Parts: sequence; structure tokens; C-alpha cells
Amino acid sequence: MLDSSTLARAQSAGQSREEQPLANEQSTSAVADDEARAAGPRISISVDETRKSRTLKVKAAVENLNFYYGQHRALKNLSIPIADKQVTALIGPSGCGKSTFLRCFNRMHDLQPGTRYEGSITLYPDNLNLVGPGIDPIEVRMRIGMVFQKPNPFPKSIFENVAYGLRLRGVRNRATLAEEVEKALRGAALWDEVKDRLQDSALALSGGQMQRLCIARALATKPEILLFDEPTSALDPIATAKIEELISTLRDQVTVLIVTHNMQQAARVSDYTAFMYLGEIIEFDEAAKIFTNPSKKATEDYITGRYG
Amino acid sequence: MRAREARPRAAPRYVSEPKKPSLLSDTDFTPVLSRSALRYRKMRDRVIELLLLAAGLIAVFTTLAIVAILLIESSAFFKHVSIVEFLTDTMWTPLFADAHYGILPLVAGTLTTTVVALLVAVPIGTLIAIYLSEFAPTKVRETVKPILELLGAVPTVVYGYFALTMVTPALQRLIPDLPGFNMLSAGLVIGLMIVPYVSSLSEDAMRSVPRYMREGSYAMGATRLQTALHVVVPGAFSGLAAAFILGISRAVGETMVVAIAAGMQPNFTFDPREPAATITAYIVQVSLGDLPHGSIGYQSIFAAGLVLMLMTLVFNVIGYSLTRRFREAY
Amino acid sequence: MSGTSMTAPYLDPKHVREGLSRRKLLDQVFVIVGLIVMLACLAILAVLFIDLVIDGSERFSWDFFTNFASRRAERAGILAAWVGTSLIMIVTALCAVPVGVAAAIYLEEYAPKNWFTAIIEINVTNLAGVPSIVYGLLALGLFVYQFNLGQSIAAAGLTLALLILPIVIVATREAIRAVPNAIREAAYGLGATRWEVTKDHVLPYSTGGILTGMILGLSRAIGETAPIITIGALSFIAFLPESPFKSEFPFISFGWLDDPFTAMPIQMFNWVSRPDPAFQANAAAAGAILLGMTLLMNGVAIWIRYRFRKKINW
Repeated sequence: MLDSSTLARAQSAGQSREEQPLANEQSTSAVADDEARAAGPRISISVDETRKSRTLKVKAAVENLNFYYGQHRALKNLSIPIADKQVTALIGPSGCGKSTFLRCFNRMHDLQPGTRYEGSITLYPDNLNLVGPGIDPIEVRMRIGMVFQKPNPFPKSIFENVAYGLRLRGVRNRATLAEEVEKALRGAALWDEVKDRLQDSALALSGGQMQRLCIARALATKPEILLFDEPTSALDPIATAKIEELISTLRDQVTVLIVTHNMQQAARVSDYTAFMYLGEIIEFDEAAKIFTNPSKKATEDYITGRYG
Repeated sequence: MRAREARPRAAPRYVSEPKKPSLLSDTDFTPVLSRSALRYRKMRDRVIELLLLAAGLIAVFTTLAIVAILLIESSAFFKHVSIVEFLTDTMWTPLFADAHYGILPLVAGTLTTTVVALLVAVPIGTLIAIYLSEFAPTKVRETVKPILELLGAVPTVVYGYFALTMVTPALQRLIPDLPGFNMLSAGLVIGLMIVPYVSSLSEDAMRSVPRYMREGSYAMGATRLQTALHVVVPGAFSGLAAAFILGISRAVGETMVVAIAAGMQPNFTFDPREPAATITAYIVQVSLGDLPHGSIGYQSIFAAGLVLMLMTLVFNVIGYSLTRRFREAY
Repeated sequence: MSGTSMTAPYLDPKHVREGLSRRKLLDQVFVIVGLIVMLACLAILAVLFIDLVIDGSERFSWDFFTNFASRRAERAGILAAWVGTSLIMIVTALCAVPVGVAAAIYLEEYAPKNWFTAIIEINVTNLAGVPSIVYGLLALGLFVYQFNLGQSIAAAGLTLALLILPIVIVATREAIRAVPNAIREAAYGLGATRWEVTKDHVLPYSTGGILTGMILGLSRAIGETAPIITIGALSFIAFLPESPFKSEFPFISFGWLDDPFTAMPIQMFNWVSRPDPAFQANAAAAGAILLGMTLLMNGVAIWIRYRFRKKINW
């Protein structure tokens, strides 16, 4: 069960920013670190069947987010917290806006003209509104990684694929690059398969390996949130299982937000789940609750397959 | 690149205060994420965008310059020659003592060679296009197309030589009193030259006719030829028309073949067996001489060029709008 | 009327079968006609080349390449012409390729969708259809007299650069468009700027197409005669432009840009238009070399396109 008071707090966090001590200022004093953490919004999650719950930090809070393609309002008043170092899944029928929502987090929509955001996605601990005016989308993308639906490695070597994000950040030292590339590949459970052929073209890999390479590429720059846009929809079941396993282990290191059209997958990998329909969030809760005892009829219809 | 690296990594202002623990390991490495480096990258982006835009604008300036030069020099020409005389006089002798400035003979020569060229290029080009698009196996198409395009890549001066030394003698065997310079031979060779242009545009048009239209015809028991003639060609009609019209524009603007093989004497006739100058050939003829800058002869080639430009422009505009309409249809 | 003829005659199986075999025959006839016409076109190309080689065979010798033009056909050579053509091509390539590629990048990667971009696009399409001799008139009015470049290598090179600009732009745009959007998104997703995406990904992956366009453009420029005649290239030149290399510092000179010149197609045109048949052999020899160069460049372009298509298979 969600602790509704903390959730409410998460939602109000953005509106009453003055009351919130800025994380930046806090961190300047050595003693204030814990206080800052305590001041940030929190969310609770039950850890086992006995519903013993623990409280988690919120990595990002979405508040009254609206998104427009020209005149068309694609997302309507979305508000959810994204728990730190947890997997949050977005589910819903195709066209419900889940990918659109995901792409707001790293401002991919800014590549198209005529798109507009309203509301906020506040990134903690530094209280940065990702979709706010004056926030540079490039800066956002440097902090929030993304893995796409279809594996899209660059037609370069495996090494260069993973190193690219670091190179963008001005890293030139070969030893540092090699070290970070290895770490990222290990993190994506790909190292053992490719360590002997780092200079081979990434296009020679299998589909599942390519997707893990794309995950490694995103991990190399140590993103704060990693976005997955239906990462297994182009893969076979075995490769899918590997990616799912990987996502579960990533939870220890990074906040994960995943869009999936596969409900079993959402149930398997996620800690929190949001069900979206027609650009709105119908229900948001712990995954266990959503998939066993949803509170909304629409959610139940969808997860039991009564809706397409 | 170097500048980016040299930028103040010494004291980076972190966008996020650096208490984020690294995600994958306990290393002390954190990706450089300084605002000033980002500002530099963005500024560089802006500068480069302006440079690229400037390159794009060169195309616009070229068009403007062409129009300006043609209009300025022609307006000087039209101070001496009335537009009525220009458009109605049937003699074009600007370089003679008895100067006449009627563009009609040059236009007649241009149109005659163009018509001959089209009589060659349209049937052959369409036939090849139908064959390649509807009949030929993929392998044949992929091999033949680039070779066919070589026909359009041959330097026009070489085609001129071909027309003068091979086609004309061959034609003279059929038509004994054919003069050494004639529009027929030039037109035939221009036609050959624009075959790949016409066939390639027509084939594109036919191939973009959707598959289901063909399947509908096949399902009725039609043969490939029937499908091609009754379904694909009508379906691709505006695309084909565009190909022909753009072919006309090519033929009108062709210069060296006519300058070499059709003679350079203005001659008001539509008989392809006769020698005659086209607009382009006249410009070449004047350029080969030594006319002083600013003389009426010098200005006359710009007036002729203006007429040429307007003719091709009309065909191009019709051609491209047909292409666009075709693309929108499918 | 018997029972079988109750059906309409066009449904009679015998009639249908006859009609079908006639239709199939027509189909076959068309295939054969199509093949013949196509092969005839290719044969003409071969005949053209072979004829040039045979007609010019008596002129092919080392002297032909090292002699200047002459009043005596058998002593006339193409030295000034091929040197002139090479220098013009250098100027053309150096001007047209960077500008054309840059314009294409702008149109594909940067340009917003508005009337201003539409104007640039219409201009590019339109310029591709402008007859080459009109470029000659532009060059005559603008480069020769306004910019005072005179009848120089620089003027010719710039003219041909403008002429092939649309070819380079169109080819580059096509190559850039072939790079899948997923690749761009991947790079943007890592925080790359637009230029970084272009420079690190779009351009490297479209190199094949860009090279092809560049070579095709130059192969067009190398054979263009009309615009160079218009700017007033001399066809009888018995000297070479100033050498671009110097023995003393700074070792490179640009004096040649101002020099008068002749070029291969001009030289050939000059020989073709002489009444003396002995010069026709010179024309054929020059034509064979010119055509050989063009075919070679086109061949290389096709090969590059093929190689790159094989190398990167999206």
C-alpha cells in the first residue's frame, strides 16, 4: 500500500518549493546532508507479503504534467512520484501516451518542433524541473539515459559505442575510457561475450546483445535515471529474459523507468506500476497491488485482458 | 575538440552537486558535467548552424544572380530593340550590317530539335521503363540501370562528334540530299542522350504505383503486359508526364550537340532536315567570337539566354508540380 | 443453338484459352522488344566509345599528351587542355563539395519546416534544371566582368562549381536521409548536440553517398563545354598556367588561378569544328580520353555506392 500522506507530500513538493530547503545549499554544509535527505519527498513500499513497508526516497516527482503536440494535448495532468533506485513501469494500451510520457523525462520531444510541456518533473535531490523553461534539454539528456525500442547501436566498434557518451563529455584519456567501458559492459552483463572483440562492429552482434550494448552505452555515463522504451519488443524470448534479469539487477544502481506493453514483464520487473489510458494515469501503485488487487475497474479490465 | 578539453575542468560547476554516488562501482570517476563545457558546445553548434545556413543560401543567391544578370543585360538590349520586333521579326542577324533581332528563328530551331529528340526519347524511355519496372528481374534492373545512366553522363561535346561524324553520314545514305549540318541528326542524338533521364524518372513513377493495384489486375487473369498498360501506366500517368516534360526541358537547354551538328546559322524553319541555329547554339557562336563587353551583340546573348531560361523554367515548374502531385497521390 | 453455346461466347473455354495464349504471346513479344531496345541503347554507348578509340588511334602517343595545340593536326596535342581541366577540377571540387555538403546538412538536419526553408529547397531543385549554358551567362556577367576574374581558371572553376552544386546537394541529402532516425535518437539520448550528432554519426555513415555524389558531380563538370565557352576560354593556348608548386617558400602559389586556360572539351570542340578532316582524328582521340575519364569516374561512383551499401546494412 502506498502511504498516502508521503505521496501527497511528494506531489506538493514542487508547488511549495520555497518551503523546501534547496538540496544544493544544504550540501554545502557538511552536517546537513541527512537533513536534506529527510526533507526530500518520500514514498513507501511494502517489502513482502506481510506488507511490512519501508520508506524510499523519491528520485523524481511528476506534477500536473501536460504535454502538447501543437494543439493536441497528449498527456493530461500526470502526477506520480518515481522512487529512487526502484523500477517503475508504465503500462497501458497502445496510443495511451506511455512512450510520450517516458520521452518527457529526457526531453526527446524537443527534437520535434511544435511540442510543449506544462507542469513539472522535479529531479531530486537538486530540485531541478526537467521540463521547466530555461532547462537545457541536452543537459537533461546527459543526466538521464535512454534505451530504445529497437536496438540502435552506432555502426562503429563495440568499444566506441560505449565510449561515445564519455567522449561527448570530453573524456580523452585512453585508460579511463577503457576502464569505464569495461565497467559499463560488465554492468550490462555483456563483458564476457564481447571482451575479445571490442573493436568489432557493433552491427555484428545479435539483437539481444545489441540491446545490452545500448544499455551499456547508457550506463557508461552514469545516468541518474535510465529510461527503457519497450526494450524487449524487438527481441526473442531468451534475449528478453536476459534483459529483464539485467533490469532487475540494475535496480541496485540506478532508478529505472520502463514502458512495456507486456504485462507479465511489468509484473516481473517493476516495483511500482502506473496504468495509463488516453493520456491519463488511471492508477499508480506498487506493482504487487496493481497486479493482484487494482482499485480501478479500468486497470482490472486491462490487466485481465478484457481490454485489447 | 581541444578547446573543449582545455575548458575549465579544473573547477567544474556541477549542475548537480556531486554527492551522487557513482552508480556502477565505487570508483571515484564521475563524468565531467560542467556547465561551461556545455555552453561552449552549444555555442559551437550555433556558429556551425549559421555557417551551414550560409551554404544553403548560396543556392538562393545563385538563382537571384542568374535572374539579375539576365534581366540587367537584357534590359540594355531591349533599349535598342523593341520587344515587339524581338518577338515577331522572323530574322535573327544581330551581327550583320543589316541587323534584325527576331528571336523566332532561334526558337523554331530549338523547338524542332526538341521535338525530334522527344520522338526518340519518349517511346524508348517509356519502353525501357516499363521493361525495367514490370518485367526485368531485380538483378537485371540493378545491373542495367547504372549502365544506362552512363548514356546521360557522356560529355555532350562527344555526342556532338557522334552526331556529326556518324549519325549524319548514316542519315545521308537514307536521305541523299541531307546537308552536313541538320537538326535531324542533332535531335536524334539529343533524344538518345535524354533516354536514361526519361526512363529513370518514368520507372520511379511506375514503381511507386502501389502493389495492390497490380495484384488486383493479376487476380483478374491479366498478363504482365496488360497489367503494365492498363493499370501501371495510367496509375503513373502524372509521373510519366513529369518525366517527359523534364525531358523537354533538358532537350531545350542542350547546347553542344546542336552547336556542332545542326549548324549555327539562324534559319526560320521547322523542317528537321535543314540546318538551323538554336538559342543555345547562338550563344555559343557569339561567345566563340570576340565581341566587346557592352556591345549589342554581347547583350543579345543575354536576351536569348533569358528566353531560354523562361522556356526551361516553364517546363520545370510544370514537371515538378506534376511530380509532387504524383507523390501525393500515393 | 446447342446447349454449350448457352454461355456467352467470351466464356467459352476454347475461346478463353485461345485468347490467353495470344495474350501470353504478346507478353513474350514485349519482353523481347524491351530487351532489344535496352541492349541497343547500351550497344550505342559501346559503339560510340569504340569508334572514338579507332578514329583517334593514330593520335594516341606520348606526344599527344605532352604537345600543345598546333596548326598541324599530327603535331597537335592536349597538354594545355588536360592541365587546364585538372586545375579547374581542383577549384570546382574545393568549392562545390564543402558548400554542397554543408547546404545538404542544413536542409536535412537543421532547417525548420517553414517558408524560408521551402524557398531554399525550391531553389536547389530549380537550379538542377537550369541549362548549363545559362550558368555560362551568369559566369560571364558576374565572375568575368563584375568580379573581374577575367577568363581565368578561377572563373571556370567557380562556374562549374555552381553548376554541380545541386548534384552534390541532392546526393548528400539522399545519403543523409538514409541514416535511420534511431541512430540520431541514440546519440541525442546521450546528450549530444545537433552538430555532434551530425559530425560523429550522420556524416561518417553517409560518406559513401556523399563521395558518390561528389564524383558524379565532377564527372559532369569535366565534360561540360558550353559554360566554359561562354566565359570565353581560349582554344588555342601554347603555354601552361603558372605552376602551383614553387621551389622557394612558401612552395605553393595561386598565380595559376588568374591564368587563361583551355580545357579538354573545349579543345575537342575546337578540333571537331575544323573543316580539315585530319583534325577529326585529334577530336576523336581527345573524345576517347574524355569519355574514358567520365566512364571511369562513374564506374568508381557506382562501385563506392555498392561497397558502402554492403558495409552498413541497417
